Amino acid sequence: MAQLLPKVGGIFVQAEDELAAINMVIGASVAGWKAMTATSGPGFSLMQEGIGYAVNAELPLLIVDVQRGGPSTGQPTMPSQQDVFQARYGSHGSYEIIVLSPGNVQELFFLTVDAINLSEQYKTPVILLTEEVTVHLWEKIYIPDPGEYPVLPHYTPSSHNGEGFLLESQLHDERGYNVANDPEQSAKAIWRLINKIRNNIDKIARVEIKYADDNPRIFIASYGCTARSAFAAVKMLRRDGYRVGYLRLITLWPFPSQIIRSKLGDVDTIIVPEMNAGYMAELFRGLGYNVISLPKLGGEMPTPEEIYNTAKGVAP
Amino acid sequence: MSVEAEVTTTGVKVELPKSYEDIKDLIRIDRLPHIWCPGCGLGILLKLLARAIKNSGIPIEKHVIVTGIGCTGRIGGYLKLDAYHVTHGRAIPFAVGLKMANPELEVTVVGGDGDILAIGGNHFIHAARRNDDINVIIVNNFIYGMTGGQYSPTTPKGAKTTTSPYGHFENPFNVPLLAYAAGASYVARWSVLHQNELYQALLDMFKVKGFAVVEVLSPCIIYTDRNAMGDAVDLMKVIKERSTIDHNANLSDIDIDFSMNKIILGNFVKRERPVSYR
Repeated sequence: MAQLLPKVGGIFVQAEDELAAINMVIGASVAGWKAMTATSGPGFSLMQEGIGYAVNAELPLLIVDVQRGGPSTGQPTMPSQQDVFQARYGSHGSYEIIVLSPGNVQELFFLTVDAINLSEQYKTPVILLTEEVTVHLWEKIYIPDPGEYPVLPHYTPSSHNGEGFLLESQLHDERGYNVANDPEQSAKAIWRLINKIRNNIDKIARVEIKYADDNPRIFIASYGCTARSAFAAVKMLRRDGYRVGYLRLITLWPFPSQIIRSKLGDVDTIIVPEMNAGYMAELFRGLGYNVISLPKLGGEMPTPEEIYNTAKGVAP
Repeated sequence: MSVEAEVTTTGVKVELPKSYEDIKDLIRIDRLPHIWCPGCGLGILLKLLARAIKNSGIPIEKHVIVTGIGCTGRIGGYLKLDAYHVTHGRAIPFAVGLKMANPELEVTVVGGDGDILAIGGNHFIHAARRNDDINVIIVNNFIYGMTGGQYSPTTPKGAKTTTSPYGHFENPFNVPLLAYAAGASYVARWSVLHQNELYQALLDMFKVKGFAVVEVLSPCIIYTDRNAMGDAVDLMKVIKERSTIDHNANLSDIDIDFSMNKIILGNFVKRERPVSYR
């Protein structure tokens, strides 16, 4: 980015810390530019307050979190998927946010653009949640020409035309006036922010489903880098004659409950491999399925064989 | 006496004093009365800042105010300008992002000693180092006034606060020296009592290319109350009697200690340094 951005009229800054980074992109977004920042777990923790600010002030921007392992400084050079809930609710207060999980390098490209478009459309920060292994991967990708892939214009609430625009970090009404002491107005402000995401889950959320034509009663569901192992496992299972389907969450949050229910039908068991303590497995369990959680910690990806063996044990 | 009367959002009828006649179009009268205590210096700064903005020669729509949290953080909400009230301590990086993306804006950060120098201290020195082209007004009242009187990075050693009931054990920042050492292009220190000089310093600040810092000493009854210094007016008297103006003062010698026997004010630094991202 430091090399490429200045050549296309952009500005790259290495900020003094992540607190500065998130607030600089917030400032740039208000001033009329598309703006993004990228970090890994510890820096993502430092950015949470700013993310909450951008939610409340309804500013479009992109935050990329490349997940590493462990709490604290953890495993700086190892991948994980341990920030899925930090990405969802890491900032204080009640809110909803959009989080996308790319599965390969090509998707890193397109989901970055999609994430920015969603942030413009819903006037909210969007998080691209990926993993160390995915971003260090070299794969052949297709880069469209400018104008070929849709890019929404940038939204900024301020026009700098002398109207006296107020941007407020406290809960506020339509004029930007602080309503923090008014329970009714405050509740209205919070619900509006939450419902603009919740009421549009069908438009925001995307799920990839494969090997579903013969209505398998077992699915392997995953996301991000782990989905690659899951897909390899499903292919191995199919080769050996087991009826097992494949599901990949492209949108982690808002969680696409309705889409999953309607597309999976009468599935019995869902196996959820993931590189954390079994967080997303709980979400599938909440949909009423029998869920086998395959959590893996420590920095190594779940192998196709591990997933294959688990599935073989329960497959008819 | 009044120039304008309006029923405000709080349902109170507010009249602007005559001294606001020239800047009434820059004040959000419907948001008054302001939240500041009697004796607070922020009302004076609000007036001078509005006047300096009006007479800066820069179109009013190009002026933006960025504030963080605290008593001083509320100043943007009373000005009829584009005003951004951001999170605690982050006014400077927000302002840097604004200025980077839109260099035409005249970006002014206003914050207290806590917002700029404690929670936001790292951003302050780094913005000065880069010489980001923004203005920073630090309202120094020597204490955290809004939250009940805890010590701040400018509380003098020995001063009693809620969190230093036996007298403060730490040394304060010497704000002009810090700003100069970190790289600021312009550094001044005035008090709200020195209205003409402060007003001129604000006008100068707008002309500076680079990081401009104006420290404004402002009385706070939360500070004077805990230290048996009388009320805010008594602290004003101290500032009036004991302050001296020395534009050429040695910056390492202008600390303000608890006795307040020596208060040096002046326009200390004006220098040309390359500006970031230009």
